[in-house]
Amino acid sequence: MADERFDAIVVGAGPAGTAAAYTMAKAGLKVALVERGEFPGAKNLFGGVLYRQQLEELIPEWWKEAPLERTIVEQRLWMLGEDSVVTLGHRNEKYKSPPNCWTGLRVKFDPWFASKAEQAGALPIYETVVTELLMQGDQVVKGIRTDRDDGELEANITIVADGVNSLLGKQLGVHREWRPHEVSLAVKEVIGLSKQAIQDRFNLDANEGCTIEIVGQTCGMAGLGFLYTNQDTLSLGVGVMVNDLKKHRVKPYEVLDGLKQHPMIKKLIEGGEVREYSGHLIPEGGFNSIPPLAGNGWMICGDAAQMVNAVHREGTNLAVTSGRLAGEVAIAAHKAGDFSLRTLSAYNDAIRASIIHKDLKKYRGLHGLLAYENSEKLFNQLPQAVNDAVYEMLLVDGKPKKTKQKQAFRQLKDASGGHNMDLLRLGIKGWRAMNG
Amino acid sequence: MLHIVVCIKQVPDSREIRIDPKTNTLIRQGVPAIVNYFDLHGLEEALRIKDEHGARVTVVTMGPPSAEKALKLCVSMGADEGVLVSDRAFAGADTLATSYVVALTVQKAEQEWGPVDLVFCGKQTLDGDTGQVGPGVACRLDIEQLTYVEKVEHLDPKTREIIVHRHLEDGVERVKAKLPVLITALTELNEPRRASLPGVIRGTRYQPVVWTTNDFEDIDRSKIGLRGSPTIVSKTWVPDPRAVNTKVLEDESTDAAANHLLDELLATDLPQKLGWVKEAVSVG
Repeated sequence: MADERFDAIVVGAGPAGTAAAYTMAKAGLKVALVERGEFPGAKNLFGGVLYRQQLEELIPEWWKEAPLERTIVEQRLWMLGEDSVVTLGHRNEKYKSPPNCWTGLRVKFDPWFASKAEQAGALPIYETVVTELLMQGDQVVKGIRTDRDDGELEANITIVADGVNSLLGKQLGVHREWRPHEVSLAVKEVIGLSKQAIQDRFNLDANEGCTIEIVGQTCGMAGLGFLYTNQDTLSLGVGVMVNDLKKHRVKPYEVLDGLKQHPMIKKLIEGGEVREYSGHLIPEGGFNSIPPLAGNGWMICGDAAQMVNAVHREGTNLAVTSGRLAGEVAIAAHKAGDFSLRTLSAYNDAIRASIIHKDLKKYRGLHGLLAYENSEKLFNQLPQAVNDAVYEMLLVDGKPKKTKQKQAFRQLKDASGGHNMDLLRLGIKGWRAMNG
Repeated sequence: MLHIVVCIKQVPDSREIRIDPKTNTLIRQGVPAIVNYFDLHGLEEALRIKDEHGARVTVVTMGPPSAEKALKLCVSMGADEGVLVSDRAFAGADTLATSYVVALTVQKAEQEWGPVDLVFCGKQTLDGDTGQVGPGVACRLDIEQLTYVEKVEHLDPKTREIIVHRHLEDGVERVKAKLPVLITALTELNEPRRASLPGVIRGTRYQPVVWTTNDFEDIDRSKIGLRGSPTIVSKTWVPDPRAVNTKVLEDESTDAAANHLLDELLATDLPQKLGWVKEAVSVG
C-alpha cells in the first residue's frame, strides 16, 4: 500500500472525474486522479459536441485555450427516407458570439482538461485500473485497490466516475447490469476530408461548424444518427437501443454502413478516408435510472450515474456539472471533517436542485417511448411517410392541392397505425415524453 | 554499494511512424514518444541487480525537455535518479557526438553519486538503428563492453566478476568480465516490470536533474551537436514495396473457394519447398 493518504481519490479522468478533481485541487485538497487509459480520453467516445456554459462555471473562458474543432453555427435535423430527406434546421450568426457550442474530439479535449486538473495540483495516476473499493465494514469506502503492485490507496473521499459500465458502482450496489432497453450502443467513424471540402460541402467558413442529427434509416430500430463537422474530419455515427439490436439481430456497424450508403450522406463523405472507428455504450435510462449518488466516503457522477440527456446529447455537460457539484460537496466535507453520508448527501440535494435533474426529469418518459413504442413505426415508417408526403405535396402532377393534402395526411395516419386516434395518440405520447 | 548508470533515449513509437513520401524523412509530428524498448530491458536488469544486491540506479538521457517524461517513467519503475542532458548546443548530434556527451554524463554522474560499476545501454535505438552509441561510450570511458547480452548469469559485487551470455550470429558466447563494464541489452534479457502504485506516485512527482553544456566543465564544444558530427547523410530513399501478384478467388461457396485456393497453391513450387513432395511431379 502507498504510505501516503489523500483527501480525495477520483476514479476516471473523463469530464466528470476531471471536473471533480479540478474543483477539489483548486481548493487545496490533496487529490489523486486515477485513469485506466494510457492518457485521459484514450478510452472515451462521444458524438462530438461541447457546450460553453457548464464548463465556464468551472474555468472561465475555457474555450479560448481548449483544443476545439469548429464553432457550431448551424444545426440540422434530418428525417431520412429511403432515398430522400426532409430537413429542419437553424443557422444563426449569433451562435458565434458568444459561442454556444463546438465540435470537439475527446482524444484532444480530455488530455487538455485533465492537464488543467494537474496544474491545479491533482496527482495523475494513469494506465492504472481500479479493481475495487476498499471498504471498512460494508458501509464505508476508505479508498481504492488498483491492478498495480502495492496498489492500495486510501482517502477520506472516493469519487466514482468510471463511466457507463461502472464496475465500482456495481460493487457499491448502486449500479446493476443495464437492461438492454436502458442503454444504446453508439458506433462512430472519424472520416478524414480536406478542410476545403468540408467547408464547401457544408457551406461553412474557416472555423464554422454544422451538426446534423438523423432520424430514420436505422433498420427500423430506435436510434439516432449524427454527422458533425470537425476541422479536417467528419464524425459520422449512430446510436441504437441495445434491445432493438438484439431483437433485429443487426450489428451496429451494419447500421452505420447503411447510413454511409444513403445518397444524402454518401455525397457528403465522398472521398473521405476512415481514420478511427469506435464503439461505446451510452446510458439512455435517464432520470428513471439514476442511482443513489452518495454514501459514507463516496459519491458517484457522470455516465456512471446514468446522467445523459438522450434528447439533447448533453452527456459531457451533465458529467462536468455533476463532477463539479461532487467536488464542491467534498470541499465542504473536508472543512467539516465529516465524510459520512450525513455530509455527502448534500451532493444528492445539489443534483436534485440542478439543471441536470430538471432536464432529466423533463424527459423521463422518453426512454419508455424509445424502449416500448413500436420502433419500426417511429424510426422507419414515420420518417418515410413524412418524406413521401412532402414529395407528393411538392410534386406538380395535375392533382389538386386539396387531394394531395388529404393523401399526405392519410399516409401519415397509416404509418402511425391506421386510425386518426393512432396518430393523435402517438403525438400525445411523444409530446409527453418531451414535456412531461 | 554498486552504482549502475542506465542510458536511455526517448524515441517516436515505431509502430506509428510514417515516412514523408516527398522528403523521405520520418514524420515525427503527432507520433507518441516512448522509451526505446531495448533501453527498458537494460533498466530492468539494473533494477534486478538493485533488488538482489542493492545498488544505486541512475538513468541518463540526452534529448529535448519533453524527454523528462521518459525519465519519470524510469523513476516510477524504481530508478533512484534521472538526469536529462538538454541543450540546444547538443542538437543535431550523430552517434559520435552523442557518445561523447553520454560518456561525459556518466563521468559527471560518477562525481555526483560515486564510482560507476555498470553501464547499461539498449542494443540500438528504434529510430537510429545503428547500435553505435553503447560501444562508443565504452570506448570513451575506457571500460570493457559486453554487447548483445541476452542473459546476466552471475554477478558478484565482492569479486567484481560478471558472467553474461552474448547472442551472436553464429551462437551464444558466455563471457566473464571484471567490473566496470558496459552492457548493451537485447529484449531476451528480461521482461521489464510494471511500476508499482507507490512507484507511479513517486515518478509522477519526480523532477529530473537537468544538465546543460555549462554544467560540464571540460566539455570540448567542437565535439558536440552538429559541429561535432562528421556523419553526412548523402541520400535517403524508401525501398519500393515488393510487387505482389494478387489474385482474388471468387467462388460460389466457401468450400469451392477453399478447394480453388488449394489447387492454386499445389500448382506452385510451394509443396516442393516445404518438402511435401520428394520431387517435382513430371507431367507426360
